[in-house]
Amino acid sequence: MKLIIAIVKPFKLDDVRNALSDIGVQGITVTEVKGFGRQKGHTELYRGAEYVVDFLPKVKVEVAVSDDMSDKAVEAITQSANTGKIGDGKIFIMNLESAIRIRTGETGSEAL
Amino acid sequence: MEGQVIELAYALDTFYFLVMGAFVMWMAAGFSMLEAGLVRSKSTVEILTKNIALYSIASIMYMLVGYNLMYPAEGDGVIPAVNFFLGSGDNVAADVVASGGDVYYSGLSDFFFQVVFVATAMSIVSGAVAERMKLSSFLLFCVVMTGLIYPIQGYWKWGGGFLDAAGFSDFAGSGVVHLCGAAAALAGVLLLGARKGKYENGKINAIPGANMPLATLGTFILWLGWFGFNGGSELMVSNVGEANAVALVFVNTNAAAAGGVVAALLFAKILFGKYDLSMSLNGAIGGLVSITAEPLAPTPELAAIIGAIGGILVVLSIIVLDKSKIDDPVGAISAHGTCGIWGLIAVVLSNGDATLGAQIYGAAVIFAWTFVMALIFWGILKAVIGIRISEESEDVGVDVAECGMEAYPEFKQ
Repeated sequence: MKLIIAIVKPFKLDDVRNALSDIGVQGITVTEVKGFGRQKGHTELYRGAEYVVDFLPKVKVEVAVSDDMSDKAVEAITQSANTGKIGDGKIFIMNLESAIRIRTGETGSEAL
Repeated sequence: MEGQVIELAYALDTFYFLVMGAFVMWMAAGFSMLEAGLVRSKSTVEILTKNIALYSIASIMYMLVGYNLMYPAEGDGVIPAVNFFLGSGDNVAADVVASGGDVYYSGLSDFFFQVVFVATAMSIVSGAVAERMKLSSFLLFCVVMTGLIYPIQGYWKWGGGFLDAAGFSDFAGSGVVHLCGAAAALAGVLLLGARKGKYENGKINAIPGANMPLATLGTFILWLGWFGFNGGSELMVSNVGEANAVALVFVNTNAAAAGGVVAALLFAKILFGKYDLSMSLNGAIGGLVSITAEPLAPTPELAAIIGAIGGILVVLSIIVLDKSKIDDPVGAISAHGTCGIWGLIAVVLSNGDATLGAQIYGAAVIFAWTFVMALIFWGILKAVIGIRISEESEDVGVDVAECGMEAYPEFKQ
């Protein structure tokens, strides 16, 4: 199993969620985060004093998938989150040791 | 029949005082929202607490001693007689009718109209010292400001003291209320120091306010309340001449605020390249303060210009104060002090009875008295219990440190 962590632009969340749903990924966790890679921040002005906004709002999407779904999920995210402009985000893939459904106690890919 | 007319006029003018006073009371909500919007979220609860507490302390201190100091039964023009308590007695109908209309309003309605003004003066201080002052020190200062410092300088002008005798003109309080509040604020800010991180290595750092909608709401509430502030200061509405005067005061007040907003908006755009909402809000206040010394004599067109000049001055003053490392998170000293002085001077543009010399004299006396007295009391507080919260408290935020409460507890940082 894999845990796929994707950092995407906030307004792309719905597209990513729909794309994952279309390929059969049913569970998803979303967190509001701030960050930057190579995308620069911008300056804002408050009562004559300039200040730099470095940390840009992003959304972190986490999905746990079985190994055979991993490539399809990555492709779904990449296509739906892509705008072609700087700051589109990144995807990280981690090995997932185990997964458990709390309600029933199912483990492994049955828990996904 | 004539007795009935006199009684009716008394009732109308009393009602007028009470309603206009209620409008000015509503300005306390305006200040609360404006200040809450311009500080960081971690300082919101404390500034709201200050605002409701200062209004209440002002109401009590003015009732206990301040009102009688400001409008004493006797005084030598500089030192008023000291009397305590208000009591609940008032005019009797037979006396009112017998006076032929000279006695035309309830004594208690006059108190009510005046007490909301002292609260306004005190609330100017709360914005300037925001985010780093100890709450207890602020409240103790409030007791002294509303019970002594404000009433004495108020006596010198509105209580018939020596400033009034010298020909100093201040219709609704650009000097007595706004400059006075700003002087006390400046004294406090100088002894307090700037917020941590505001001025570093010669750079002025922005500390953006947490809630622009609240700040804007607060400004609109103040604008509305100001119709009571200036309109009520005409003190009478029950005949054609007075009713017309009140109408003109309302129109001029509105015109000055509008002029202030437009001027500040455009001026900030020219200076910074962007439209700055917070400067526009300060512009409205600056315009309103500028017309407060004389909202009756000018034409509406002149009132708009006076307000516009106030709008430009408030922007300039904010910049100058920041460059001087005087940290005023809401621009209170600029809007009420700088524009208060301008408002007093602008009186001579439309009021032929006023002289530049008397206006400057009045401004100087009010400023000197308030600034020096405030410096003394802030100084005593600083020496005895301290006026500034600790650095750790400032890091975590004065809400948690002093009030044990967060304004938005569900939005964790």
